[in-house]
Amino acid sequence: MKAAAQRRRNWAGWLFVLPAAAFYVVFVIQPLAMTVQYSLYSWDGIGVATWNGVQNYLRVFTDPDLFAAILNALKLIVFFSAVPVMLGLAIAATIRRIAASRLALVARTVIFLPQVIPLVAAGITWSWLLSSTGLVNQLLTAVGLEGITRAWLGDFSTALPAVGVIGAWVLLGLCTLLLLAGMSKIDPALYEAARLDGAGPLREFFSITLPSLRQEIGVCVTVTVVAALASFDIVYISTQGGPGNASMVPGLEIYYLAFSEREVGLASALAVVLTVLVIACALPIQWLTRDRSS
Amino acid sequence: MVVILGGSLAAACAAPGSGNAQPTAAASSAPALSAAPTCGTEPITLKGYFETGFPIARALTDEFTKQHPNVTWDIREDQFAVITQNAPRVLADDPPDLMRLPQVSELVKNNLLKNLDDYAKVFGWDKWPPSQLEQMRLAPGGAVRGEGSLYAMGLNFSMTGVFYNKKLAEQIGMTTPPETLADLDAALAKAKEAGLAPIAQFNGGATGGLAFPLQDLMASYGPPAPINEWIYQKPGATIDTPSNLQATQHLEKWIKSGYFWKDVNAVDYATMMSRFIKGDGLFMFNGDWESGNLDKQMAGNIGFFLMPPAQAGGKRAAMSAPLTFGIGANAKNADCAAAFLNWVATDTQARTIGVEVGGSHPMGPADAPMPPVAAGSVTENTLAAGARIAEDNGAMDFIANATGAIYAKSWTPNLQKLVAGEQTPDGLLKSVQADYQSQVKGG
Repeated sequence: MKAAAQRRRNWAGWLFVLPAAAFYVVFVIQPLAMTVQYSLYSWDGIGVATWNGVQNYLRVFTDPDLFAAILNALKLIVFFSAVPVMLGLAIAATIRRIAASRLALVARTVIFLPQVIPLVAAGITWSWLLSSTGLVNQLLTAVGLEGITRAWLGDFSTALPAVGVIGAWVLLGLCTLLLLAGMSKIDPALYEAARLDGAGPLREFFSITLPSLRQEIGVCVTVTVVAALASFDIVYISTQGGPGNASMVPGLEIYYLAFSEREVGLASALAVVLTVLVIACALPIQWLTRDRSS
Repeated sequence: MVVILGGSLAAACAAPGSGNAQPTAAASSAPALSAAPTCGTEPITLKGYFETGFPIARALTDEFTKQHPNVTWDIREDQFAVITQNAPRVLADDPPDLMRLPQVSELVKNNLLKNLDDYAKVFGWDKWPPSQLEQMRLAPGGAVRGEGSLYAMGLNFSMTGVFYNKKLAEQIGMTTPPETLADLDAALAKAKEAGLAPIAQFNGGATGGLAFPLQDLMASYGPPAPINEWIYQKPGATIDTPSNLQATQHLEKWIKSGYFWKDVNAVDYATMMSRFIKGDGLFMFNGDWESGNLDKQMAGNIGFFLMPPAQAGGKRAAMSAPLTFGIGANAKNADCAAAFLNWVATDTQARTIGVEVGGSHPMGPADAPMPPVAAGSVTENTLAAGARIAEDNGAMDFIANATGAIYAKSWTPNLQKLVAGEQTPDGLLKSVQADYQSQVKGG
C-alpha cells in the first residue's frame, strides 16, 4: 500500500519534468544523436548517404588541416581563458577596494560593455581597429613603433593572436563581473581579521579572496574554455580562418565542411570530436574547482 | 517521454538522405516541345530567388511584367554565399521557377535542375555562339562540364581584364594599353618607381583575389583550352603544367617586387574597390560587372584592356562567365521561366537593360542588335573586349569554379601563403592539384 503510493508520487514527479524533458530530447539529444549517426556516413546533404564507418574520424586526426584547426582552438584558450580570468581577478580586486566611489561604477560599466555588444559588431569594430591604417597602427606609429605595424589580421604570425585579443576583450567583462559578485559574498569580517593580523593587500588577496572565489573561478574558466574551443563568430567575422589557414578553428571548419564542401559526414565527425574535447576539458575543471567544504 | 525518445531514435536510425524524388528518366523522355512555350494570358506568379546587390535581375523582371502584365513575381534575395550554401536544399524542398545559381555540377548530380535541351531547340539557343552556353552544359550525371545537356542560362555574360586609372597612367607616361606582358611589366616597374601602388587587388579572408591576375598570367603564357578542361573536370586534366608554373612564378615576381599593397592579405573586395576609386592603385584585375559603377565614380578617368599575351601579336584570353540562372527540376512554371530567359536574350529592351544595368554583354545570337553605349566609356571598352575574346575563342571559366570548395579551401590559402613567402609557385600548383583530385574523387 505504502509502496504503491510512493510509486504514484514518483510518476507525478515525472509528469512535471515531461515538458522540459521533451524539449531537451527533441532539441538537444536528438540532434546530438543524429550528428553521431551522420558522422559514420559519407553524405553531401541531399543525395543518398553511403556507410563510411570510422573513415571520417580517421581523417579528422590524419588530415593536417583539420588537426591544425583543433590545435588553434587549444592555443586560443590562452587568450580566451587565461587572460580574462587573471586580468579579471586583478580588476575585480581593484574595483572592490574602491567600491564606494563613482569610478568603480564607471569601471564596471566600461568593462562589462563588450559583453552587451553583439559579437558580430565587436568583430567588425576590431577588424577596423587592427587594419593596416587602423587605430592600433596609428598609435604604434605615434609612439615611434612604425617598424612593427602591419595588417594584424592578415599576417600569418599575428592573425591567431589578434583573434585571441578580440576574444579576451569580449570575455574580460563577463569574468570581472562574475568575480566581483563572488567577492561581495565574502564575509568582511575575514578581511578585518586579516588586517588586524597585519596582512597587506597582496596577502589578503592570496589568503582570503582567491580561495573564496574557487567556484566563481571555476565557472569563469569553464565558460571561457568552452568559448575558446567552440569559437566561431569572432573568427568568421574578422579573418574567416585566413590568411592561409592561420586562424582556422574547428567551429568554422565544421561550417565550411558542411555547407560549402558538402561533406556532412566529415563535418559531423569533427563536431563529435569537438564535443568530446569540450567535455574532456570542462569536466576536470569542474572537478578541480568544486566546493570541497560540503 | 519514452514515446518521444523512441520516436526520435527510430527516426535517427534511417540512413540520412534519400535523393531527390524526381525521376531522372521522366525529364529526358518527356515529349519534345512542338511550339515555343509562352507565359500565356492567365495571371501567373513566378517564384524567383536572386542575388542581393545585382539589380539586373529585378530590372529585367520589372520590364517583363510591363510587357506581359499577366506575369507577376514573388522574389526572394540573398547574398551569393548564402545562395551557394542553400541551393541544394531550396531546389529540393521548394523549387523556384527561376534561380541564380552557383557552380551547377553538384545540383545536376542530385537531379535538382531542369534539363533545358528542349527549350534550347525550340527557342533556337543552340544556334548561338556555342561558347556562350558551354559552361552550363553537363555530361550525364554532372561529372564533366563543358559538354552534354544544357542545365542553366545566362542573363548576360561577364568579361574580365585589367582596369586602369588614366590619370595615374599619364603620370608614368603610359598612353596606350600594354600590348605584351613585357609592356605591362615595364608599366608596373615605372609605377613602383614613381611611388604609386602598381596593382589594386584583394586577397583577404576566404577570397583570394590574386586568382584574377594569376589566371590572366596563365592565359598570357599558355592557351586557355587546357585551363578550361581542368575547370570542367575532364579526366586527367591538371593545373600543374609548365606554362602555368611560369605564370605562377611571374605572379611571385610581382609580389616580391612589391607591386601589390603590403596588406593585400587583409584586403577584401569592397576595400579594394573603394581604394581604387580613390586613386590608390594604377591597375586592377577585375570584371565588367563594375563597368557601370566605375563609369559613374571615375568618369573619364577609367580605362580597360584585356590581359596582354606574353608574345607580341598573341591571342587574347579572359575569364568570361554567364550570369547563371536555372529552373528547378520540379518548378511549377518552368515554361514561363524559359520564355523569360529567351526574352532576356532577344528583346531589344531587355538587351539594353543587360548592358546598362548589368554592364555586361547580352546573351543571344551573334548578330543580335547591340544597345548604344556612351563613346569613350569603360562599358564601351569592355563590350569591345567581349567581341575580341569571341574572335580569339579565348573565353575561360574562372579557376575558382572548378569544384565547390577549391576557391575557399585551396586557391585562397595557397595564394595567401604565396604572398607571405610561405609557399612556392611549384608547391602552390601541386597543392591545388592534390586538393582538386581529392575533391573530384570525393565529390
